[in-house]
Amino acid sequence: MKNTTYNLQLSGLEPLTIYEGSNFINVGERTNVTGSRKFLRCIQEGRLEDAVEIAREQVNGGAQIIDVNMDEGMIDGKEAMVKFLNLIASEPDIARVPVMIDSSKWEIIEAGLQCIQGKGVVNSISMKGGEKEFIEQAKKVKRYGAAVIVMAFDEEGQADSYERRIQICQRAYKILTEIVHFPPGDIIFDPNIFPVATGMEEHRKNAIDYFRATKWIKENLPGAKVSGGVSNVSFSFRGNDPVREAMHSAFLFHGIQNGMDMGIVNPSQLEVYDEIDKTLLEMVEDVLLDRRDDATERLLDLAESFKGKIKEKKEDLTWRESNVEERLAHALVKGLVDFIEKDVEEARQKYPRPLQVIEGPLMDGMNVVGDLFGAGKMFLPQVVKSARVMKKAVAYLMPYMEEEKKKNPEAGRNNGKILMATVKGDVHDIGKNIVGVVLSCNNFEILDLGVMVPAEKILETAIKEKVDVIGLSGLITPSLDEMVHVAKEMEHRGMNIPLLIGGATTSRIHTAVKIDPEYSGAVVHVLDASKSVPVANSLISKDLSAASAQKFKLEYRQFRDDYHARKREKNLITIDAARANRQVIDWDIYSPKKPKLEGIKKFENFPLETLKAYIDWTPFFQSWELAGKYPAILEDEVVGKEAKRLFKDANAMLDEIIQRKLFTANGVIGLFPANSEGDDVIIYSDEERRKENTRFLFLRQQNQKGAGLPNHCLADYVAPIDSGVNDYFGGFAVTAGIRVEELVKIYQADHDDYKAIMAKSLADRLAEAFAECMHEEVRKNWWGYAKSETYQNQDLIAEKYQGIRPAPGYPACPDHSEKRKLFDLLQAEKNTGIELTESMAMMPAASVSGFYIAHPESKYFGLGKIDKDQVLDYAKRKGHSIEWVEKWLSPVLNYK
Amino acid sequence: MNKPDIREELKKRILILDGAMGTMIQRYTLQEDDFRNDALKDHLKPLKGNNDLLSITRPDIIKAIHLEYLEAGADIIETNTFSGTTIAQEDYACEALVYDINFQSAKIACEAAEEMMKKTPEKPRYVAGSMGPTNKTASISPDINDPGKRSITFDALRQAFKDQAKALIDGGVDILLLETIIDTLNAKAALFGIQELFDEGVREVPIMVSGTITDASGRTLSGQTTEAFLISVEHVPLLSIGLNCALGAAAMRPYLQVLDQKAPFFVHVYPNAGLPNEFGQYDESPEYMGKQVEEFLQEGLINILGGCCGTTPDHIRMMAEIAARYPARTVNSLQSSVLSN
Repeated sequence: MKNTTYNLQLSGLEPLTIYEGSNFINVGERTNVTGSRKFLRCIQEGRLEDAVEIAREQVNGGAQIIDVNMDEGMIDGKEAMVKFLNLIASEPDIARVPVMIDSSKWEIIEAGLQCIQGKGVVNSISMKGGEKEFIEQAKKVKRYGAAVIVMAFDEEGQADSYERRIQICQRAYKILTEIVHFPPGDIIFDPNIFPVATGMEEHRKNAIDYFRATKWIKENLPGAKVSGGVSNVSFSFRGNDPVREAMHSAFLFHGIQNGMDMGIVNPSQLEVYDEIDKTLLEMVEDVLLDRRDDATERLLDLAESFKGKIKEKKEDLTWRESNVEERLAHALVKGLVDFIEKDVEEARQKYPRPLQVIEGPLMDGMNVVGDLFGAGKMFLPQVVKSARVMKKAVAYLMPYMEEEKKKNPEAGRNNGKILMATVKGDVHDIGKNIVGVVLSCNNFEILDLGVMVPAEKILETAIKEKVDVIGLSGLITPSLDEMVHVAKEMEHRGMNIPLLIGGATTSRIHTAVKIDPEYSGAVVHVLDASKSVPVANSLISKDLSAASAQKFKLEYRQFRDDYHARKREKNLITIDAARANRQVIDWDIYSPKKPKLEGIKKFENFPLETLKAYIDWTPFFQSWELAGKYPAILEDEVVGKEAKRLFKDANAMLDEIIQRKLFTANGVIGLFPANSEGDDVIIYSDEERRKENTRFLFLRQQNQKGAGLPNHCLADYVAPIDSGVNDYFGGFAVTAGIRVEELVKIYQADHDDYKAIMAKSLADRLAEAFAECMHEEVRKNWWGYAKSETYQNQDLIAEKYQGIRPAPGYPACPDHSEKRKLFDLLQAEKNTGIELTESMAMMPAASVSGFYIAHPESKYFGLGKIDKDQVLDYAKRKGHSIEWVEKWLSPVLNYK
Repeated sequence: MNKPDIREELKKRILILDGAMGTMIQRYTLQEDDFRNDALKDHLKPLKGNNDLLSITRPDIIKAIHLEYLEAGADIIETNTFSGTTIAQEDYACEALVYDINFQSAKIACEAAEEMMKKTPEKPRYVAGSMGPTNKTASISPDINDPGKRSITFDALRQAFKDQAKALIDGGVDILLLETIIDTLNAKAALFGIQELFDEGVREVPIMVSGTITDASGRTLSGQTTEAFLISVEHVPLLSIGLNCALGAAAMRPYLQVLDQKAPFFVHVYPNAGLPNEFGQYDESPEYMGKQVEEFLQEGLINILGGCCGTTPDHIRMMAEIAARYPARTVNSLQSSVLSN
């Protein structure tokens, strides 16, 4: 880099810097109606998409700038230029390179300059209309912020000799730098490439004069660059591509040697210089460098033998070799439409129903797009392009879906009508459009009101058009308030259709805390387009809508409550103050029951029959997305029918599992002498409490409490050492999942996903039932502090019993890493077959573990957020680094 | 009051730009009436939210905010004209008021700056005429099914920005600040219009150009990388180029490094107070933000520092305190020849 002001810096979406010594810059020439008949036909016939593909092919083929020329008598050049430049601006993989606006008409050039956001190149201006016009145009080019190509052309005509070339370029350079103050680095000369081997004597020096002029310019006009339209040189060999390509390559080779910086070439029609046939090369160079009198004749003779040899296309099409799903994903990610119909057709034949092509491979591809976008690996214009490919794919499938609709009116009926709008005061709608596309892909009818839509218009339209759902979008922050406003207005009008919220600044928490309370209908935050489909489906479907709406209302209330709970806890007190406010238990009046069981006891092949009665069915229905409490859910007006069917299937499978002993339930419990010390619970190896076996560490609530309310810690429920009271503490680990996979595999082999999922959810329920059952056994028998307890299952579910069984990793003791100690204490791996993963998850998943605490005042609580002082203290107690501790406790930290 | 050329001040020290106007206006919890005066009492469209109008209807508030920022240590204050183009005012049917909005806003800001300079004559204060991006984009289609469509032309933007700039300069601004640029073509149209204005004999003022990187991809909304953006506006001899809005300060650093290395101009930055939280509020404290922007100063990336969405006089005070500890940044010497233009 000599002097940066002499660099030629251009930009599309990305920068392109041309400096002394940088590699030759390829300017694509195929988007030129005068040079490409194919491109001209696309423009004339209005096939602009095909024209865009030509541009894409150029860039994919290596063009670093693309030349766009619409100078054709039969088309409106200005209109075509504007339209085409606007179109390619929406194609990020084309728009990344700078544009060269190529026209002999100033008005077309100026129209083009008004369309490009980057710094492009004007091709070209010259002094053929005199100095005054030249200066005016150069000033404008400078003001638009473009570089300029100056043709070696003056009032007397085009320069056709070496002397005329340098004389005109020198004059233009002087005017540009001294009068217009054009940056020298932004001046590009085109000293005219004319055809050689035409048979005319005066054309013999055309190439060599260009080379010499180039050399002169580079040596005498500081900063100036040299370009040229290379294909001109081979004009007399039209129709003979091999010879033309060899000529272009050889011309470029010598041009570059002499200082040529850039050239208008078709990079996909360029032979590699070293690979040109040696004889051909020699003859081509004879012509270019004017080395022999018979050079032209010799080349013409040889040319005949090369005619018709067609080179293979070099575009990388290896992605075409993968399966149809991968090809569809590739096309979506890359935004390629070339093969989309072919691939969609293939997928249509592969999948039973056209809709499944959309829901399967196409949505999968869109998910990849969403992930890449989220990770910053794709940017917005590309995503929009992907959406267009998606639309094309869906459009192709539409007739087939229509066809299916005729045969089976139920199947193909549209799913419902959704009104979408970007709220008043906001103009951002790309995200909304994508959601609209994806929803319409999924057979929803979309009524898009556009951007800046006032609440009144949204509501009036919604009512008039009888829409099923309203979707609001916004990106800027005041839109959040506007969404609240819309919700209030909907409430005011007594509406109850669901309201979907989306857009960059929106969030589930904001939706739950600020919008949901204002409206009695369902309000749902939709994270992204792919999430919009299931949400919309559940809210519109005839069978599920009421239940879904109710589910969303409950969910959002929960989010809200959680948020408010968290919010309060932000006022944290110091750990010392929290410890001072511990729960005070009068140990003098409490004498702990000495457990019947000393140490651990394992239960192998626990009878599943026994567990069945302990099952809590409500979460089972939740996992199948049926909202409601068992047993009331079975009689529920809306989901009752489905719930009953599910319950019947579940029990049938459960009975079979029990009868044929398809699952194995193993468990281990342990009860030990224990006392607390501060926030720790010490487990002793002996009743005399001489030897410490292990020590469980607990955390204490640090939120500001109301009067009389303690800052809880589980250790408070165990008698402290200095109380002199002999207390006890227990633990358990149970599983019902040991052989679940075997059964699941059998179902999967039978392609019965329903049963496979059912088996897994039943194992979960049995494990929970096992924990409940063991806890009762412990209370009544093994510890025996509640021998006379007589509770029904629903009482157990409601946790009416004395004592608790908190689980490590759950609200009262969120540190999962304590599970390791619990497992060691119980030798749980050996005794039950449960394993702990490195992140302390239990395998199989259908497992439960926890502690037993007996004190009548013990209760479940949530720890809430804790502060750094407790973390430091905890790390010390734990003997681990602060970072390690913070990693395990990250969800409860009140700081970042 | 006479004051030195801002370029001279920039050679001496880091200058402080003010913070958010909208955040401060929100504190007043204004009602529809505040946005109306006698002339506007029968205006058909609701005007609440058209903050630029307050320069006409509640100049007392705007001036008070300017003074708060000046007292906090701002060397440059921005006029209340972010949406002061005919294009942006169309939403409120206030196109006819554009000249007044800009002229009055400039006047109020200049008055505030003058008052402050009387108090602290050793410290010159400057007024930058704020020119937002408008709500239309010249190189992005408003319709995904018609990628060639445009909602506004270059010429319409050029004219609208030119009109706004004229009124701001008439009102007395020292600088024009094209900010929150999401589409470079809009900015190019504005620069074109402003240069025409100078050609027509209107007082020449230095220009600041401020882009917005919208997401993790490091690009403007219209898809350009920081360097491509710089190259696209470099043809005009700018006072400074920089970034504002969108990302929080921390995320802006790599893009400022690009400008530091490549730009032949002074570099500025005025980030938001972090990213919006779940409620759309910006909640980085002055201390937190101060720490982040201090890195820019340590690295010598910037000449002008200020705040965008969510920042307050407290943030600006903190920045002024920090900036005072650092020397002025010199423009990359390789590039500086252009500065002498």
